[in-house]
Amino acid sequence: MIKTRDIKFDYNNQVFFQFPDIEIKTKENLLIIGNSGIGKTTLLHLLAGLLESKSGSIELFGKEISNLNSYQLDTFRGENIGIVFQRSHFVNSLTVKENLELAQFIANKKDNNRIDTILKSLGILDKSDKKTNQLSQGEKQRASIALAIVNSPKLILADEPTSSLDDENCDRVIKLLKKQASEFNAQLIVITHDNRLKKHFKKSIKL
Amino acid sequence: MNIFKLSIKNIISKPLNSILSLALLILGIGIISLLLQLNSLIKTQMDNNLKGIDMVVGAKGSPLQLILSAVYHIDSPTGNISVEDAEEIKNNRMVGSSIDLLYGDNYKGYRIVGTEDKFLDLYNAKIKDGKKWNAPFEVVVGAKIYSKLNINLDDELVSSHGLRETGESHVNQSFKVVGLLEPSNSVVDQLIITSPQSIWDLHDEHDHDDEDHEEHHDDEDHEEHEHDHDDEDHDEHEHDHDDEDHDEHEHGDKEITAMLIKFKSPMNIIQFPRQINENTNLQAAVPSYEISRLFKLFGFGIETLTYLAYLIILVSGFSLFINLFNSMRERKYEMALIRTLGASRSQLSVMVIFESLILTISGFLLGLLVSRLGVMFVSSLMEESLNYSLSSLYILNEEFWLLGLSILIGLISSLIPAIQVYKMNISEILADE
Repeated sequence: MIKTRDIKFDYNNQVFFQFPDIEIKTKENLLIIGNSGIGKTTLLHLLAGLLESKSGSIELFGKEISNLNSYQLDTFRGENIGIVFQRSHFVNSLTVKENLELAQFIANKKDNNRIDTILKSLGILDKSDKKTNQLSQGEKQRASIALAIVNSPKLILADEPTSSLDDENCDRVIKLLKKQASEFNAQLIVITHDNRLKKHFKKSIKL
Repeated sequence: MNIFKLSIKNIISKPLNSILSLALLILGIGIISLLLQLNSLIKTQMDNNLKGIDMVVGAKGSPLQLILSAVYHIDSPTGNISVEDAEEIKNNRMVGSSIDLLYGDNYKGYRIVGTEDKFLDLYNAKIKDGKKWNAPFEVVVGAKIYSKLNINLDDELVSSHGLRETGESHVNQSFKVVGLLEPSNSVVDQLIITSPQSIWDLHDEHDHDDEDHEEHHDDEDHEEHEHDHDDEDHDEHEHDHDDEDHDEHEHGDKEITAMLIKFKSPMNIIQFPRQINENTNLQAAVPSYEISRLFKLFGFGIETLTYLAYLIILVSGFSLFINLFNSMRERKYEMALIRTLGASRSQLSVMVIFESLILTISGFLLGLLVSRLGVMFVSSLMEESLNYSLSSLYILNEEFWLLGLSILIGLISSLIPAIQVYKMNISEILADE
């Protein structure tokens, strides 16, 4: 259950955002679509607790996250939210597997089987001991999905996951995301300007 | 995986980033630790060998030379003194005990000292195998010598004249090894000890080599020779002697090289040496005074070098700070990622501080290692030129202080980067991609 009401955010007097209310039930996915500069990333950061909203409420799984302090917010995010960024980020000094182990350590959920399960399901188990900068673009994207779901989050937030991909790859990636979300019982919210994704989602919001 | 391991992986994955700071730190810590070690080792060595010696009496010359030659056996003696003069001093009521020393010969660079039994007690040296020297030409060998030159009981040692290996050999006379000493960690370890009589005999004998080949293995004959051939004796000793010594020589006295003296009361140390120096043709030197003077001479150089080393450590801290600062900027997406995975601000700051501390503490440890190698190197140099060696297996208190300093440098260098990471706005960084 994810519910927001009257979220507003401003960076300064000129840049001011007011977002439509969101409400999705358990097992539902959501596509949020909007053009550049309309505050898509801001909304994603607000939902992830990376930014604090100036007003309104954000309720994730029965918890009002604007009431949490910085430390509680970090913990909550680690436990419940996985984020797939437009560009993949990793800790470059670590291998794929070590990146996943680090994520588990931070969320206090050590489970080596799960790492293997996920890497296998994403088809990159053989890359687990590779440094992340040795991966191809496609492998990087898979690895960053693995990082987002390794701690069994209830919510996966994806920021422009397909914007730089051709149609074929766009299809593949969004299917992969949906498949992983349902396989590991997470809800998926994709924020994008990419109209190609509309057909993959039953529910969508336009900013 | 945990934060500590992550820090280590971060350092290892980009070794070039930290190598300069690390090298500077190793250099700084290494120099200071080496100076501390050498200072302490030389001081202990010097003090060990000073125990129970309040004053040294010998021929006129440099007091420091007298101390170095008679106490540490690393310089040439100032000359010889006559037994009569020495007796006079021994009979003074202020003198508690005294030990005669005679030297002027060596075996493969190690000095042969003619002295009394008391000499061993002075350094707490004990016989390990065999017995003490008794008859002339019996010797007891110090621990370092027999282990290095592989000398065993009953071996015959052919000595050379002078204190260096290059001296002329006493081809016709050899010493018999009757005892081996336990290691005593004092100057005795590098000495070959015999009776005073052996030295007197040796030099008499030597003079007569050309005239008198049959006699030299007959111990009883030696006594006579001492009295009979004084004039020739004179030539033999010329290498070591000052001109004034020659007069005494010609009067037919036996000579000794120096005398170690312990006073009845420590108070005498002020007055008595001065009396000797002013009123006799002997020289008295106080080892503790001469050695502290020597250390003062070294002191200036050591101090300058120490300041230089602290400066190097300071620069290493600054270079470390710049490293961390740049590395955090380079890794800002990583940091943001780690935060989005649920890490708190303080966990990231701790990671930065760990990275800094891991570097400075390994710099400290490697610095100690370097200083130990330095001690070994200096020791091998000293061994070659002075037959002195040093070894250090323990950590000095001052070195714990250096550990503290390394940790402090690590903390200070990482302070600003850690705060920077703590205050990092992850949303802004991630939106910036």
